[in-house]
Amino acid sequence: MIPRIYIPADSGALALGAEKVARAIEKELKERGVEAKIVRNGSRGAYFLEPMVEVATAEGRVAYGPVKPSDVKSLFDSGFLKGGHHKRWLGAPDKIPFFAKQTRLTFARCGVIDPLSLDSYKSHGGLNGLQNAVAMAPTDIVKQVTESGLRGRGGAGFPTGIKWKTVLDTAGAQKYIVCNADEGDSATFADRMIMEGDPFVLIEGMAIAGIATGATKGFVYIRSEYPHAVATMNKAVAIARKAGVLGVNVLGSPNAFDMEIRVGAGAYVCGEETSLLNSLEGKRGVVRAKPPLPAIQGLFGKPTVINNVISLASVPVIMDKGAAYYKDFGMGRSRGTIPIQIAGNVKHGGLFETAFGLTLGEIVDEIGGGTASGRPVKAVQVGGPLGAYFPRALFDTPFDYEEFAKRDGLIGHAGITVFDDSADMLKQARFAMEFCAIESCGKCTPCRIGSTRGVEVLDKVAAGIEAEKNLALVTDLCNTMKFGSLCALGGFTPYPVMSSITHFPEDFKPAPARVAAE
Amino acid sequence: MSMQAASTEIASRTAAIIDEMKGLEGPLLPILHSIQEEFGHVPKDALPVIADGLNLSRAEVHGVVSFYHDFRAKPAGRHVLKLCQAEACQSMGSEAVAAKVKQLLGIDFHETTRDGSVTLEPVYCLGLCACSPSAMLDGEVIGRLDDEKIEEIVAEVRS
Repeated sequence: MIPRIYIPADSGALALGAEKVARAIEKELKERGVEAKIVRNGSRGAYFLEPMVEVATAEGRVAYGPVKPSDVKSLFDSGFLKGGHHKRWLGAPDKIPFFAKQTRLTFARCGVIDPLSLDSYKSHGGLNGLQNAVAMAPTDIVKQVTESGLRGRGGAGFPTGIKWKTVLDTAGAQKYIVCNADEGDSATFADRMIMEGDPFVLIEGMAIAGIATGATKGFVYIRSEYPHAVATMNKAVAIARKAGVLGVNVLGSPNAFDMEIRVGAGAYVCGEETSLLNSLEGKRGVVRAKPPLPAIQGLFGKPTVINNVISLASVPVIMDKGAAYYKDFGMGRSRGTIPIQIAGNVKHGGLFETAFGLTLGEIVDEIGGGTASGRPVKAVQVGGPLGAYFPRALFDTPFDYEEFAKRDGLIGHAGITVFDDSADMLKQARFAMEFCAIESCGKCTPCRIGSTRGVEVLDKVAAGIEAEKNLALVTDLCNTMKFGSLCALGGFTPYPVMSSITHFPEDFKPAPARVAAE
Repeated sequence: MSMQAASTEIASRTAAIIDEMKGLEGPLLPILHSIQEEFGHVPKDALPVIADGLNLSRAEVHGVVSFYHDFRAKPAGRHVLKLCQAEACQSMGSEAVAAKVKQLLGIDFHETTRDGSVTLEPVYCLGLCACSPSAMLDGEVIGRLDDEKIEEIVAEVRS
């Protein structure tokens, strides 16, 4: 048997030097006259171990990491093709604590298989869900997704099945499935990882959505900051089309479904669903007022399912193993698993898929291992630029949509950014306003004007000008933005701002007092 | 090439791109991406051609081009360096990274060095949030920037 070596081509791994490692391994193989097959897989998501190289041995996979090009010679000397010991030796990937503690449903194949091998996808359970779906009535598919309890993983947490039912029940000569892959939130990379590491699962999920709702055309709107994901998705769609997974007869059934990959153009606001639809139509990415809901009048005015990548990529496992299987994971009204992305100043950063219910403290301290800098954790921002900053005092909050809402936060797309005690929360609050000002689509006044005024007022606070009065003004402004904005950009910017003010008041004291305190 | 000839050249190459793509549903963004790939920016002279080809007003086309951060009104430097300035990278010192790069290159964000070698831009998230601070150089991703990597990048874009 020719040995197989797995070297991730995931962007995160590439950013840490995976390409150089791959070239060094190729060179070494050639020089030693050893035959081996190199597979460029996705990442399993432990970025503190990337580039993580794996070798398939008779006893299963053996991982090494983080591998540097300078390690390659000694890896060969240690017999790594047979799983030999080396200072980078990690053992069986499933036994590495970071992976062993996870429940991988959506990311079951990510980092394991060759992302562009449909055979490999099938041999790891791929297409079972679609196979089941083509034999079912649309209402039954929608029922199964509804019963699974799956909620929109993009951030809003709206039940996916209910959205699908609205589209199914709305008459229309043409309906669309739109996948929101405009993953602009800092600390989130789950969409990118799945598109680069297991693109067929997204294609399968979209095809199921199409069959369930009577939509024959799909679009994946990917942000331009993700060139590797765009390239992989384009290749995967072509392969799926050739294999009959997409086309006029999906898997040989009478159902037609095909899709296109579209690329955004650097506007954060296009992650908002109605602005994304405008962008797809070739317009400015401004937000639309709702109603009408996209499910009734969406893309080109037609009934449209618009779902996040992870929502759609979670559908195949639900259709394969059943609603009850998925629903068994989780707590309260948050069912199934969620890929938590642990990022920023953290020792063990990466993607951790698990059932809902872990506390924030367990995620940050136990799984994340505390800060990378070794200093105490001061704050964690949950849910991206529009999510609240949580202090250590709230680390007992369980990871659950409702529990986070109760504490004036949101889980959003489940990204967590860790900050150590060098963070200045006034600066973070100001950045939230500044970011909103840069990215506002300009349609509604609270967001467009409010964010700019917010920056100015916070600058006054920083300069020690009538701090108390100006903080009251920011609070009032946040209230206006929260309730007066059309979409989540203006509406949620108050979360990072107000949580900073509420939980870290010491950072908002007038400048002279802050200096004296230090 | 005279100005006149240059603008005719832009018009004909733009028309070819439009012809190829106008069958798409919602073709404007894919067309603009192709034009930027072709010319390195979206030339002003291309706008009336697009408006004509897609039956839009020039104002509508201008509105779309100016809305999106990606579309450039003039060509970038030979290299484009994007430094992530979003929260996860902030937590790992992206501000200091930016300050150092700006100082080494002698330019601010949204500027190009006088020799045309590099354009520096901020970017808000590259999805490399567990490898912060991160950057993108001509489409290639770079994580965990430190002084050594920054100097390497600067040397590369300068050469």
